[in-house]
Amino acid sequence: MKYDVVVIGAGPAGMSAAIRLRKNGSSVAVIDEQHAPGGQIWRGVERNSGPVAEALGTDYRKGAALVQAFRACGADYMPETQVWQIEEGWNLFLTSGGKARRIGARVVLLANGAQERPVPFPGWTLPGVMTVGAAQILLKSGGMLPQGDVWIAGAGPLPLLYAIQLLGLEGRIAGFLDTSRKPGIAALTKLSGAWRDIPGLLKGARWLRDLRKSGKMVRGFHDLHAVGDGRLQYLEWQSAGERRKVKADVLLVHEGVVPRIHETMALGCAHEWNELQNYFTPRLDGWGETSKAGLFVAGDAGGIGGWLAATLSGEIAGLGIAKHLDVSFDAEGERHRAGLDKRLASARALRPFLDALYPPPTASIADEVIVCRCEEVTAAQIRSVAKVSAPDPNAVKAATRCGMGPCQGRQCGYSVQALVAEAHGIPPRDVSFFNIRPPLKPVTLGEIATLGDLEDAS
Amino acid sequence: MFKSVHEKPGKASDMTVLVNGVEIGAWNGETVASVLLRAPGAGRGSTVSRTPRLPYCQMGVCFECLVIVDGNASMQGCLVPVAPGMRIESQHGPREISK
Ligand code: FES
Repeated sequence: MKYDVVVIGAGPAGMSAAIRLRKNGSSVAVIDEQHAPGGQIWRGVERNSGPVAEALGTDYRKGAALVQAFRACGADYMPETQVWQIEEGWNLFLTSGGKARRIGARVVLLANGAQERPVPFPGWTLPGVMTVGAAQILLKSGGMLPQGDVWIAGAGPLPLLYAIQLLGLEGRIAGFLDTSRKPGIAALTKLSGAWRDIPGLLKGARWLRDLRKSGKMVRGFHDLHAVGDGRLQYLEWQSAGERRKVKADVLLVHEGVVPRIHETMALGCAHEWNELQNYFTPRLDGWGETSKAGLFVAGDAGGIGGWLAATLSGEIAGLGIAKHLDVSFDAEGERHRAGLDKRLASARALRPFLDALYPPPTASIADEVIVCRCEEVTAAQIRSVAKVSAPDPNAVKAATRCGMGPCQGRQCGYSVQALVAEAHGIPPRDVSFFNIRPPLKPVTLGEIATLGDLEDAS
Repeated sequence: MFKSVHEKPGKASDMTVLVNGVEIGAWNGETVASVLLRAPGAGRGSTVSRTPRLPYCQMGVCFECLVIVDGNASMQGCLVPVAPGMRIESQHGPREISK
């Protein structure tokens, strides 16, 4: 089967691009790891109603209209499907339901979004420790609320948003460890423009104030440890010269989000380093095309901008792709008439401020901390190799197995980069990322066997 | 560790699934990785030290949710929606084939 366009990801960017391209009459397939469209931001939006949808807020409920338009646009939607290899030209190798197959495309659009930035600390592998994003997904998926002594540690808009959603459903938080540097998470509440959801904002401000009054807000601490025997039981940290210890059942951590780059890295696209947020982005032209002709990126995968910017960059990529498929198509005119650049600029207006307000953590990772969760490689092991080899994460990988586990460096990549930079006394931007090789997702021999005759599959 | 807002005394869950042979209630819309956080002793053993692990990211990027679903090993539990009667089993140590 060959399509004009294969879109990977059915979040705001992927859905918007697909709708746009279908209007132009292109044949479109949309591949999604999830079982329903919406991406992480609008996960479960077709199913959630009542108090859960209410608590998730107006921005969440806005997703329903786009999902509905996407369902009706005539693209072939392939849920619960993983892409494990992309070949230039373009061929995509997929698995779903234990079977592999190949589809062809004239153009590929990556709209696979972002992931939370992994920040290793002592005890982060203990059951009971997970990300704020994970907890929010659990809330959107099955209405799950964390139980017992629930702590949040982190910085950025997401922990605050999640806390508001949780409290809206009578959830409880034992304390909030604010890891942001000055001016602190409270500064966010001054940015009314950042939140179209004013009642939610007021609730958040009130909650922050109450939290500070009740002494549940912890600031200016360091050396956080998650401690327990087989599961999280306590948190410990250093504050004002003292060691503090509290009971904890759940710890939710968050230090911002970074684009998913495994696909563009594996394909050898040119990348750029974001100095403010310490992440790589694929280098894109004004339509979202990468350094490889016919490969486009839209949404957070091309740089973190949030859901509104993602829908607009998806539309722009859709127009750029339409032009790529038919040079006579007036993409510039359409772009201008729809006011896409103006709307995108306003959607992105606050981003530089947020990026500056919440810089990525730069604290050195303690020697005993497990950096590679899959292969259980510590910072000390990585340092000892990094010191005696070229400033290249791949040398660390070869010597320690760090980054060779099933996550393929999605959790440890930037930490290894930072440790290598530290060992050589150079800035992280001068250190490359792991070489990423297919398969992009683990695939079994049994699944590959189902590919059968490749010619038949095409 | 987690509890659904839909769970009310005297109200049945949407379905039941089996985790390591034990029946547990599950809710429409949740994934296998979500169930693992509620089922006692459902964690994975890490590859090297065999210490217990539970799902970390819920979005497909940490692989702490690798699990055996209806006999298929090394499934990412956070990408698999629950279904009535589903058999979920913990996976210990490294993945067998794949790569
Ligand atoms: S919980 Fe992280 S990959 Fe499933």
